[in-house]
Amino acid sequence: MKAEGRVFKYGDNVDTDVIIPARYLNSSDPAELATHCMEDIDKEFVHKVQKGDIIVANKNFGCGSSREHAPIAIKAAGVGCVIAETFARIFYRNAINIGLPIIECPEAARGIDEGDLVEIDFDSGMIYDRTKNTEYKGQAFPEFMQKIIRAEGLINYINGTE
Amino acid sequence: MRPLLRLQHTKSDSIHAEWERKTKTMGMTMTQKILAAAAGLDSVEAGQLIEAQLDLVLGNDITSPVAIHEMDRFKEQKVFDKDKIALVMDHFIPNKDIKSAEHCKCVREFACKHEITNYFDVGQMGIEHALLPEQGLTVAGDVIIGADSHTCTYGALGAFSTGVGSTDMAAGMATGKAWFKVPGAIRFNLTGKPAKWISGKDVILHIIGLIGVDGALYRSMEFAGDGIAYLSMDDRFTIANMAIEAGGKNGIFPVDDAAIAYMKEHSKREYRIFEADPDAVYEEEYTIDLSTLKPTVSFPHLPENTKTVDEITEDITIDQVVIGSCTNGRISDLRIAAEILKGRKVKKNLRCIVIPATQAVYLQAMEEGLLKIFIEAGAAVSTPTCGPCLGGYMGVLADKERCVSTTNRNFVGRMGHVGSEVYLASPAVAAASALTGKISSPEEVC
Repeated sequence: MKAEGRVFKYGDNVDTDVIIPARYLNSSDPAELATHCMEDIDKEFVHKVQKGDIIVANKNFGCGSSREHAPIAIKAAGVGCVIAETFARIFYRNAINIGLPIIECPEAARGIDEGDLVEIDFDSGMIYDRTKNTEYKGQAFPEFMQKIIRAEGLINYINGTE
Repeated sequence: MRPLLRLQHTKSDSIHAEWERKTKTMGMTMTQKILAAAAGLDSVEAGQLIEAQLDLVLGNDITSPVAIHEMDRFKEQKVFDKDKIALVMDHFIPNKDIKSAEHCKCVREFACKHEITNYFDVGQMGIEHALLPEQGLTVAGDVIIGADSHTCTYGALGAFSTGVGSTDMAAGMATGKAWFKVPGAIRFNLTGKPAKWISGKDVILHIIGLIGVDGALYRSMEFAGDGIAYLSMDDRFTIANMAIEAGGKNGIFPVDDAAIAYMKEHSKREYRIFEADPDAVYEEEYTIDLSTLKPTVSFPHLPENTKTVDEITEDITIDQVVIGSCTNGRISDLRIAAEILKGRKVKKNLRCIVIPATQAVYLQAMEEGLLKIFIEAGAAVSTPTCGPCLGGYMGVLADKERCVSTTNRNFVGRMGHVGSEVYLASPAVAAASALTGKISSPEEVC
């Protein structure tokens, strides 16, 4: 499994209120949520994002509310992976549970810049910055979480359709 | 349905023996003991993946519709226990628009279909984290997940409770189980007696200012020390409630006489008391002398941006005050606000909105004459709702407006326009600020 795309770069503590503002939580439709993704931190995001693009951020990405609408909006916007120094724990769980690939890698989060072309190999956990010709090793998931990701989410995993 | 985890069976005998030897010699934190019991294990250690039996699964009108949609994908369409699921309509209730009405309708139909015992709608509902302890649905020793980040509130009673997303909620409703990575812990030794006007909110804002919004990431915040005796149960709910604002997995208090009295008053359920081992391992320890704390305010746009009121040198004029939420909408919060507002008027052109967290709090505030005090002071009093806390309705801010709020988050755009600002504070500071029109200490007005 691989992802490849251009990078949108953000800082520390990107919270779920800026990922998907609560004024849009009267909807749970992924396509509709995607049209407001990152709206309060980056108004241009939804106009620029291409399928497979990658979000890179610093520490504590996804802090705040438990709204699963946040990773749903990111996934539905076409983002192929989120790389961060650290993730807030509820966002981390939610991303795995809905099958949005995420990787913790402080070195990559610091080294990769906005607009870089980045490729990620999920099997090896390797992150390649094709623009800068650098590479990073992301933290591998425990086996149990890899199974959920391979099943494309917790429900499929529980159903035994892994 | 398959078990969530099969990890215990994949360990080789030698690794398992080594793990057993190690854990037998290591003390456990209070959280670890609860999780071990819920997983049917003698002991657990930080980092271990476990599958725990759940005592309660919670959702609200925003997160439940997503979970119900996910439930449709299960092969078996049933809930694990209709008495151990709580569905509380509280965020955009009474419905603020057609879409939120459709969401509630979806949850209402689900609750009817599955005969969910603890479904709370308009007229019975309150803000979930104030409502569930009051209804006796959360007691010491419980393992609780809720699709709301402030589910950590019930740690005040000595329960393990943590926020999850809608898919975890769906899996919990279907299987009665959840997987957890056993957390390490930070211990906070609370000593001394807090001064007048110092509440649980000042304690937790002080702690978040100290360790930062990710200071407890993935970890438990375990409170200990003789200072706890000076904190009311409402104070403890406020403190545990905001553990998530430091990134914590849960916040938990030891079970003392006050906690037992609360549970006996509110619940018929049997509680189980777990205590941390004397040799429990803590990754960090802090000692906080409550007698030295001052009224504390979190400045935009992170809860960690704290200042004590005496450190605020410039006048910060405000347009709105909100007193309520799962953090500070309980009866003692309203009593403090009323003590300050009694016989006075809120500043001209300032909107003061008071939201009792539950119907019982509302009724009690009415019987004690608090609502009369608020209304005569020029404040609006509303039916319970999370409304303004997350910029839903009932007090959304315009561009460049400022609000002093007893809620829990002050992120960009949290209460409305991205150009608005939220300052987090205690009910005492909020009420005092409502009188002066700028951020003020209760001592300035009393």
